[in-house]
Amino acid sequence: MKVTNAVLGAAGFAGFLALWEAVPRLGFVQDDFFPPVSRVAAALAAELADDAFWTALGDTLTGWALGLLIAVTAGILAGVVIAVVPYLREATASTIEFLRPIPSVALIPLAVLLFGTELQSVLLLVVYASFWQILIQTLYGVQDVDPVAEETARSYGLGPWARVRHVLWPTALPYVMTGVRLAAAVALILAVTAELVIGAPGLGARIAVAQTSQAVPEMYALVVVTGVLGLLINLGARTVERRALAWHQSVRGEVAV
Amino acid sequence: MRLVLLRLLFVVALPLVLVTAWWLASDDSTDVYWPPLRTILTTFPDVWTGERLRADVLPSLLRLSAGYAAATAVGVALGTVIGSYRRVRAVCEPVLEFLRAVPPPVLVPVIMLFAGIGDTMKIAVIASGCVWPILLNTVEGVRAVDTVMSETARSYGITGTARLRNVVLRSASPQIFAGMRQALSIGIILMVISEMFAASNGLGFTIVQFQRGFAIPDMWTGILVLGLLGFALSVVFRLVERRVLGWYHGQRASSRRSH
Repeated sequence: MKVTNAVLGAAGFAGFLALWEAVPRLGFVQDDFFPPVSRVAAALAAELADDAFWTALGDTLTGWALGLLIAVTAGILAGVVIAVVPYLREATASTIEFLRPIPSVALIPLAVLLFGTELQSVLLLVVYASFWQILIQTLYGVQDVDPVAEETARSYGLGPWARVRHVLWPTALPYVMTGVRLAAAVALILAVTAELVIGAPGLGARIAVAQTSQAVPEMYALVVVTGVLGLLINLGARTVERRALAWHQSVRGEVAV
Repeated sequence: MRLVLLRLLFVVALPLVLVTAWWLASDDSTDVYWPPLRTILTTFPDVWTGERLRADVLPSLLRLSAGYAAATAVGVALGTVIGSYRRVRAVCEPVLEFLRAVPPPVLVPVIMLFAGIGDTMKIAVIASGCVWPILLNTVEGVRAVDTVMSETARSYGITGTARLRNVVLRSASPQIFAGMRQALSIGIILMVISEMFAASNGLGFTIVQFQRGFAIPDMWTGILVLGLLGFALSVVFRLVERRVLGWYHGQRASSRRSH
């Protein structure tokens, strides 16, 4: 069953590549716009041999990882504090609901003015976008704490810190991990976007250069690279999630956000 | 009555504190990039006149709704087909996972090659980014249709479009809405970015114009407008969702009570 699925999936992917090769070759679209996959693969090979490509990849990953790290730390801290301090949750609800849907790309002009094409521009957008994912999931997780467990811990005389450590955190962790997984994907989108639009060094900026210099196969090759990167980040986040929750009897259902 | 007042206090207190803090902190600001809030607010009505709303905000919203609608139609239709047949799903899944993993904004330069820089390009960009969360959530939702329910429907002779509408899509709709919610924020992002690239009107275009012309208070008002727009759209979405999925939330609430 599992094997056949893998075979069917591989066949599907092969079909996708074959279609990509055939459509421009047979003249359904101009190959100036949509080069066959073999030419994109050649361009990709050339990219992989280029040092500048690896520098760009490193820049993108730096922006992604640093932004995600800041967002995760800030989101968890803020989420736990809001949940633990009485009334803070009610008092912040309206503000969070208002700030969360603000599209992070609205900050692009501000980022350009403040930081130009520096790393901080990327970080501003990445952190703003991924912070909310973590914060909301942390809040959901803390809400899920069993009142009986909380009261039990209280009656055993556990202090606030011990209650956070032994009651609240284990309950919230599955939700937090979901938030981290969502935030990891969002952080990549915003890192590449910032590079593409603002021109901060990285894969996005390389795509923009390839586009303006009409290097179409190179552009497709870079788009493929960002896709592979997204895929790896998803896989990695899932693995981390499974590891971190290995003690959990069953990985909980995801809260739709 | 006191309870209502207390709740109202909770809703407005923090926003008031934050706005006041912003007002006071920026009041005598001479920093070009952080103009006083007073200046931003007085600039606001001058910038966002009826003419600008018609010429810039309206086209942006029309593109967003066209792209979003197209993505929803394609995503739900394809997702239903893929979700209904196990083999089709096995064939498509790796390709879909890959396409979904591509950060949507990098599609802007690609789609510009095909569609130039007109409205078609922007609608295509928005649709191509929004379609993935809707498509994949529909697949998941359709796949998870309760077998007892679909067998029952079959034995009552409910088939074809009636089955599709009343059994499959209905039970998948909470998932579909979760996908549409994700797609909405992606759609707004892509709307702004596609206009920042190449456009002669639209919100993204205007805000970048302000920034390049160093019209800083005007740029700040643009950021505020985008924020308000994002907020308004998410409120509208929640109202629609509550209406359409009312039966579902009611069911969940009652099952939670009975535990």
